[in-house]
Amino acid sequence: MTQAEFLNIVMPFKDKVFRLAKRLLVSREEAEDATQEILIKLWKNKQKIQDYKNVEAFSMTMTKNFCLDRLKSKHAQNLKIVHSNYQDHNVSLQKQLELNDSVDWVSKIMEELPEQQKIILQLRDIEQYEFSEISKMLNINETAIRVSLSRGRKILREKLTKTHNYGVR
Amino acid sequence: MVLDKIENLLKKYDNGETTLQEEQQLKNYFSKETVEPHLEVYKPMFNYFLQTQKEQFTKEVPLEPKKTYTLYKWLSVAAIAVLMFAIYIQVGNQPLGLEDLSQDELMAYNQTVEAFNLLASKFNKGTESIDALALMSESLEKGTENVSYLGEFSNAQNKIFKNE
Repeated sequence: MTQAEFLNIVMPFKDKVFRLAKRLLVSREEAEDATQEILIKLWKNKQKIQDYKNVEAFSMTMTKNFCLDRLKSKHAQNLKIVHSNYQDHNVSLQKQLELNDSVDWVSKIMEELPEQQKIILQLRDIEQYEFSEISKMLNINETAIRVSLSRGRKILREKLTKTHNYGVR
Repeated sequence: MVLDKIENLLKKYDNGETTLQEEQQLKNYFSKETVEPHLEVYKPMFNYFLQTQKEQFTKEVPLEPKKTYTLYKWLSVAAIAVLMFAIYIQVGNQPLGLEDLSQDELMAYNQTVEAFNLLASKFNKGTESIDALALMSESLEKGTENVSYLGEFSNAQNKIFKNE
């Protein structure tokens, strides 16, 4: 397989890989590194690519696993400093300023979701995959995906309602 | 679009039951400037989805064809072949026993064995004369024993003299 052929296969979904990586890893740089690594991995296995029925789904699964591994090793490395009895009063002011940009808020709220819901919301509401495709990518059955999706959407809406009311007052 | 329909769709949406087409309808509705005030909450959500959908990966990916490994692979194969050949030759050349020797070699072998036997017999004679030496040292030891008797005798004599 030549480089051009490979790029033709990969191009349509490389942005989706990147967006999923960014959803999970949050930082843009890390997501870029992860995407790069995944594309290189695909390139190294280019002989096998033709055998895969659905390269895109395979790549999304790979991305998910890769990013979750990254997160795991990061959690193991970094010590978190937690202030349990300390409150920063500036935050509320900052919050109010940011409230104006509610769209930004959605991304912040999504960061707080459990990883499973994050991935499913990303794949469904942003990448617009069918349930059957998501089911293949994550190896979970469709009902479980619907449940997880519904839960994620409701949390998102509830938190948005809260911040919304907060802003109005 | 009728408000009822949107509200129904939203209900389905929250339960994760909408199809992709229905979700697209919702996205279209909420991308409008003004929406019903009680549905305002959904606006940032759907707008965010539409926005992030456009984000792109712009970094260059270096895709270099791999080639360096093949040379090493063949080199190692060649090295193993040479090694096996060398071992084969070494093993094949070794004589296995007396039967494999030629006439001359057999004669030389027998002569050396004879020479070694001769040497051994000379050694045996040498050890015999050393035996004679050992005999002498034995009698010498007996002599010293007798001398010690003499010492004891003189001890007894001294005691007798003291008693007097």
